[in-house]
Amino acid sequence: MEYFLELFLGGLTRGSIYALIALGYTMVYGIIELINFAHGEIYMIGAFTALIVASVLTLFGLNQIAILVLASITAVIYSAAYGFTVEKIAYKPLRHAQRLSPLISAIGMSIFLQNYVLLAQTSDFLPFPSLIPDFEFWEAYSHIIGSAELVILITTTIVMILLTFLIKFTKIGKAMRATAQDRNMAMLVGVNVNQVISMTFIIGSALAAVGGVLIASHIGMINFYIGFIAGIKAFTAAVLGGIGSIPGAVLGSLVLGLTESFATGYVSSDYEDVFAFALLVLILIFRPAGILGRSTTQKV
Amino acid sequence: MIKFSEIKKSFLVSLWFMFLTFPIMVIRVNPIEKTVQWRWRNMMIIGIGSFLLSFVWRFMLERKESGQKKADVFGIHKISFIQRILQEPKIYIPLLIVTGVFAIVFPFIFSAYQTNIMITALMYVMLGLGLNIVVGLAGLLDLGYVAFYAVGAYSYALLNYHFGLGFWTVLPIGAVLGVIFGILLGFPVLRLRGDYLAIVTLGFGEIIRLILENWNEFSFGPSGIANIPRPGFFGIEFSLQSATNYIYYMMIGLTLFTIFVVNRLQNSRIGRAWMALREDEVACQAMGIDKTKTKLTAFALGATWAGMVGVIFAAKTTFINPASFTFLESAMILSIVVIGGMGSIIGVVIGALILILLPEYLRAFSDYRMMLFGAILVIMMVFRPQGIISNVRRTYKFQGKQQ
Amino acid sequence: MEPILDVKKLTMDFGGLRAMDHLDLDVMEKEIVALIGPNGAGKTTFFNCITGIYTPTKGDILISPPGKTRERINGLKPNHITEKGMARTFQNIRLFPNMSVLENVMIGRHCRLNSGVIGAVVKGKSTIREEKAVVEDSYKILEKIGLAEYVNETAKNLPYGAQRRLEIARAMATEPFLILLDEPAAGMNPQETRELEELIKKIRDVEGLSVLLIEHDMKIVMSLSDRIFVMDYGKKIAQGTPDEIKNNPVVIKAYLGEEVDA
Repeated sequence: MEYFLELFLGGLTRGSIYALIALGYTMVYGIIELINFAHGEIYMIGAFTALIVASVLTLFGLNQIAILVLASITAVIYSAAYGFTVEKIAYKPLRHAQRLSPLISAIGMSIFLQNYVLLAQTSDFLPFPSLIPDFEFWEAYSHIIGSAELVILITTTIVMILLTFLIKFTKIGKAMRATAQDRNMAMLVGVNVNQVISMTFIIGSALAAVGGVLIASHIGMINFYIGFIAGIKAFTAAVLGGIGSIPGAVLGSLVLGLTESFATGYVSSDYEDVFAFALLVLILIFRPAGILGRSTTQKV
Repeated sequence: MIKFSEIKKSFLVSLWFMFLTFPIMVIRVNPIEKTVQWRWRNMMIIGIGSFLLSFVWRFMLERKESGQKKADVFGIHKISFIQRILQEPKIYIPLLIVTGVFAIVFPFIFSAYQTNIMITALMYVMLGLGLNIVVGLAGLLDLGYVAFYAVGAYSYALLNYHFGLGFWTVLPIGAVLGVIFGILLGFPVLRLRGDYLAIVTLGFGEIIRLILENWNEFSFGPSGIANIPRPGFFGIEFSLQSATNYIYYMMIGLTLFTIFVVNRLQNSRIGRAWMALREDEVACQAMGIDKTKTKLTAFALGATWAGMVGVIFAAKTTFINPASFTFLESAMILSIVVIGGMGSIIGVVIGALILILLPEYLRAFSDYRMMLFGAILVIMMVFRPQGIISNVRRTYKFQGKQQ
Repeated sequence: MEPILDVKKLTMDFGGLRAMDHLDLDVMEKEIVALIGPNGAGKTTFFNCITGIYTPTKGDILISPPGKTRERINGLKPNHITEKGMARTFQNIRLFPNMSVLENVMIGRHCRLNSGVIGAVVKGKSTIREEKAVVEDSYKILEKIGLAEYVNETAKNLPYGAQRRLEIARAMATEPFLILLDEPAAGMNPQETRELEELIKKIRDVEGLSVLLIEHDMKIVMSLSDRIFVMDYGKKIAQGTPDEIKNNPVVIKAYLGEEVDA
């Protein structure tokens, strides 16, 4: 039973990280119907930025909490800036191109960013400082769920609540929802669509950065390639929940996290990634609209 | 004269990129020795580079937009300089002869090392032409093309290891296995919409690679399979030098065969159906074309070439492991098709030669190779989505009938 | 005589929304039939149902191609329906934009040809003959429709009116017994409209085909149609000859609203 609980909480933690990345995919898809293939790289850049900032600050001898906060904020700012720039360079000029063009452009951007980090930094795995402290009061329960996992769960929950608030009640949130429904109509009623799209990329990238910092300090290792696998998995989660749907992305991520956790715990850990890919293929084949998505009839 | 506002814009862009690349380009941490290296020179390079590039970028964007407007207003469709050359028999026939002679004498002039590079380039020509059927003609974005390549390579390695089958026996088997896998994978996924199809094929590609990596009993896992025999010639074994030459001429023959077949396919009933499918699925079906069958043919025929080249790859390198069949390989083949010009045979040939030979000869570039591929994919999509050589429609003459 | 297209009680639901409600419609041999109705009445939905793009919820679609037996075609795929002899055009033009005009028509011939992959590669006698025939036949169709001057032009570069005609040429190439035109005159200038009218007449009188037409231009509808069906809110509200429809109070009400005295 305890093993089950451990796997369950492990899956939940894993799932909530996927959710932070999956939200970026789903929001962008909801607005411009593009699979932002470079999104995983934005997450990776977030983790790298946090690592660099944390290492520099450690040399200056700051205390752990200050480092955690500063590194996270820098990572969020930088990821958002990268997301914004990627959209301006690789997607904006292709707004009216054929459907496959932006996707190929996105793949190109993903390869570019991976190799940019590889060349500017290193191809080796870098140890990531464990920024999240072990809380003393939690020690009694830490055999089931570590304090790092606890922080991940709590942070994710807070971020989700903030995001929901942003989308439901703020002006930009309303503009985003309007643009997702009908871009031309939104433009006609005075929504600045370019700004909304930029905003979507910025928010999505910022969320990915949060995920990047959390997971990197939890696992303790990063390299330039972490974005690819994480990106694919988060995309799987987004599709699983119904791409374009925000609650769907969260639900899909939790389902994927739990599936992986139980599958590796009870079946075999060799095929961890195969489970995710197989799940992706199966959903797309049998229920391409996902759990919460609705299938749409093509207009002729 | 360049306007002041333009300079200001570029200056801001340059500042933005210096800020953006600051942590990753400038700071390098060594977490083990706990030292930090500050590389301010990089920042300067980025600053100047992005300042200059932003002019080029804006100029190209403007040119593209005005070009589009011109085409919209006057209905002009420009035929590029290269295409005009290729349509002029006085130019292309001598060019073809020179290329042919050069291809034949190549191994005698250059070293075995150079010949090997050429073999690799020709392999990518074949892969590119195969993927071109799927992506360029039928418009199906297949990101898992490398899976079929792996199927071919492993079928030769394993059939040889277990049953001692020779290269020439396995070559057609590899092609057939490519078709079978193409149909097996294609059947369930081909009803998906374009971008979903792309992701599912990517998933399939990764699944195949992961299985090869983990299923030790079957594929010998990450350590791969070594001592795969080179192709023989009716039982004659070659020295390394002559084996290379032999493979080279074989590749020339196979490449010509591929070009011949793809060209025939392109100008046939099936080829037209593929293109119609790429242009408009709904209209295509309304014209009586079976969507699933047509897609499946494209997918299976594309996979054939990957299966065949896989066999050749295993025979050429004599060693294979799953690391040769990653997503980046698929991305590289895709780049060849995109850069060359989707749907254009000559474009794909040129694209493959450029992408494989340039990094080999410009050694300085070879580290930057993948990064350049990525950048090229983006730049091509933004500025020239039709590729270096766009696919020209065939024209028909009707004697005495036309006006 | 049996109608070549006989639609009985055709119903189409989208989720909870009933887009088409127990619709009856029939087309006889060599007849031009028009389907009219206000925007959103369900006309295009009707087309999509009988051409297999949607599968209708209830009802029957029966066809009796000349010289063949009667057959129910509900739920067949669009390509099979085209093979059986019903070809359509689209309201918002759906050509193959980057292919040449001739190739667009050649695609229409696709389902009447046989050569496969092996034929294409080997290029034997029968394939060569077939390819030669398809070029000739397609060109003849273009001549009939009046597009011969554009043969090698890329489809997307054609003037608007010519694009609409090319859609008709492409549909004719499939050798249909019934041709379905979805607002063929939309966006045409008066000159183009007149030419189109001639063309549709020619399709019936010279080619001997039947035409089912969705159209908003009442002048065309009234002068061309042998019979007219009127739809509103997914239901058939009237049918008859042009004269009968012109004077039908229900139709006038549907078009102009309640307030007007009929």
